[in-house]
Amino acid sequence: MSPRLVPAGSDSTGRRDRPLRITVDGEPADGIEGQTLAGVLLASGRTAWRTGPSGAGRGVFCGIGVCFDCLVTVNEDRDVRACRRRAVDGDVVRSQSRAHPGRTDPRPGPQPGPDPGPDHGHDPDHGYGHGSGPGHDSRSGARAEGEK
Amino acid sequence: MTAARHVAVVGAGPAGLAAAHAALAAGARVTLIDSAEQPGGQYHRTLPEAYAAERPGELQHGWSAFERRRRQVLAHPRCTWLPETSVWALERPDQDGEGTERPGRLQERPDQARKRSVGAPPRLHLLCGGPVDGSGRTRRTLDADALVLATGAHDRVLPFPGWQLPGVYSAGAAQALAKGERVVVGDRVVVAGSGPFLLPVAASLLEAGSRVREVLEAGTPGTVARGWSGRPWELASQLGKAAELKDCAAALARHRVPYRLGRAVVEARGAGRVEEIVTARLRPDWSVVPGTERTVTVDALCVGHGFSPQLELPVAAGCALRGEQPGRGGTGEFVAVDDEQRTSVPCVFAAGEITGIAGAPAACAEGAVAGWTAAGGAPSVQPLRVLRRSRDQGRAFARRLARAHPVGAGWPGWLRLDTVVCRCEETDYRALCEAFTSAAESAPRVAKLGTRAGLGPCQARICGPTVTELRDRFAGRAADGPAERPADGLPAATPHRRPIAQPIRLGELASPAAALIDDEQHLPEGEQLGDASDQIPSDSKQRPSASDQTRTEDEQTRSRGEPTHIEGEQSHPDSEQESDS
Repeated sequence: MSPRLVPAGSDSTGRRDRPLRITVDGEPADGIEGQTLAGVLLASGRTAWRTGPSGAGRGVFCGIGVCFDCLVTVNEDRDVRACRRRAVDGDVVRSQSRAHPGRTDPRPGPQPGPDPGPDHGHDPDHGYGHGSGPGHDSRSGARAEGEK
Repeated sequence: MTAARHVAVVGAGPAGLAAAHAALAAGARVTLIDSAEQPGGQYHRTLPEAYAAERPGELQHGWSAFERRRRQVLAHPRCTWLPETSVWALERPDQDGEGTERPGRLQERPDQARKRSVGAPPRLHLLCGGPVDGSGRTRRTLDADALVLATGAHDRVLPFPGWQLPGVYSAGAAQALAKGERVVVGDRVVVAGSGPFLLPVAASLLEAGSRVREVLEAGTPGTVARGWSGRPWELASQLGKAAELKDCAAALARHRVPYRLGRAVVEARGAGRVEEIVTARLRPDWSVVPGTERTVTVDALCVGHGFSPQLELPVAAGCALRGEQPGRGGTGEFVAVDDEQRTSVPCVFAAGEITGIAGAPAACAEGAVAGWTAAGGAPSVQPLRVLRRSRDQGRAFARRLARAHPVGAGWPGWLRLDTVVCRCEETDYRALCEAFTSAAESAPRVAKLGTRAGLGPCQARICGPTVTELRDRFAGRAADGPAERPADGLPAATPHRRPIAQPIRLGELASPAAALIDDEQHLPEGEQLGDASDQIPSDSKQRPSASDQTRTEDEQTRSRGEPTHIEGEQSHPDSEQESDS
């Protein structure tokens, strides 16, 4: 089975749910107010939504905003840490990819699987300013980066 | 009428909240900053208010004491609480010399410059207000009289084949999801790694209805028993912690979850997500005993091998670190502090896990000592002596933890050449081996650029300590590897150096920052600042001047990173332009 939300009826904390709905790459996903986007994504049966450089899927790892594995695009904001961002009803979430279509990867392992084209709703997340490679993103959503 | 001393506290976990509490008690004005919506940190991670939980303390240890302290601090007239606020940079008062940070050229009023010239703590550069990683957050600067850093720690996870698969979580992630929003990561879960933290994680999962198949402690029975059983009087002082762990152990026993010592997860497998794991028996040095491998079906794996302190802010402030050799009983580097929690930098204090992994009770004591001293409280009062004693007991507990749960030196034996070490850049062990065995490439910066390990979005937060440890091994010595080329002209490389401590969008960087609290707003002790809940800087109170707002886009772009001050102090980007900014 997949990750899930503890049912309100059996939750020892006595919480009261207010439902919300977001879309994830065009598909609806239901959650409750107060959940993080990562919580909504996990509890709706998704364990991976971001694509690493090799094309391998990534989801939540550290859960507290440190590892940046769970980045998504939310509405107009790219590179949002899903594990820290509270879901808001109507949020439009798109998955991101760091896969380089033309990357020559000397290492073994799967090559880019999912097509990172716009038709699939994937957004290359080059917002951290790679020094090279296709799809370098210089939009205002790009972020400052620390020491190289 | 002298203005109360202003103490800024970064981090509102157990240490930071205690620091704020003590500083207020000592008469200071306090600004408490945290990136979360509510105080508590990871230890007292609370349910979101939107959950309207009737019993929010149900999942918490020490909830009533925490809740009381939280109420007192947030409601205090001399406390400004800044939730959802990130410190994205620290700027030292002396901007010359080696190792200083230059997040932006400052436009200072003469009185501000004077105030910051001698013995002042670094200026905080803040991003205020949600939503998290949004694009419209407000930039502020904050100059306090003293700074308490209580930024805490995150899980350290050692790499193993398949650890990057979805469904493999840090132990802290599983805990945060279960405790913080009632999401469980799976139904057939294994919790593995090292240290007592595995117990509360397993207990949280059980409480939330998961089936925990087993809990694996990598430390062998002998090591763990020797570490925990010696000096029993040290444990007696940490009764709260001991009771918490006992509760967790009881939960494991109730659910018949095996707790196996000397066993680790050495591989995770699955198509697109974790489906099974391979566990193996370990020797005391954590090398695998051949032939003891066992395959276990799981839908989630939670791993943690101790904690990494979040050191970017102390490092940016210039605080000296004290080293502990990984794999030799220690878990890395921490901020060096004296008996009063002072760091090596004047007016900068540190408390909690960044000074050593010792748990919440010790963090509270450290925070209280730091907050009281930072506020200029009398050094000889009786409560402080009690706190110091409690803090010392906490440190003894930390030493005991480190002794009982050292990271064994044999863990790199789990790695294969194609094992991912840097998750962001997917740098594998082979690439690192090649770099470290080449004299030309093994210097930290050269290896970083050559292999890209540590260059990705997390900026080496996850792989940094691991890469450093592997490099030291290859260099065949402990702390000092090959020297940096002198031509670098850069401060010594450390995995904790992140001048930009939190992501900031270029649009936000380009917008001017106002001083969070103007000098004129310094209030005499006891004067009401109003309800703490509405002290988040509001637009009406601290709006940048009209001249700032009407600057052209071009001007704003040119003045990137230049905090300006309010009340008509206009920045002059052209005249103040720095050649290297």
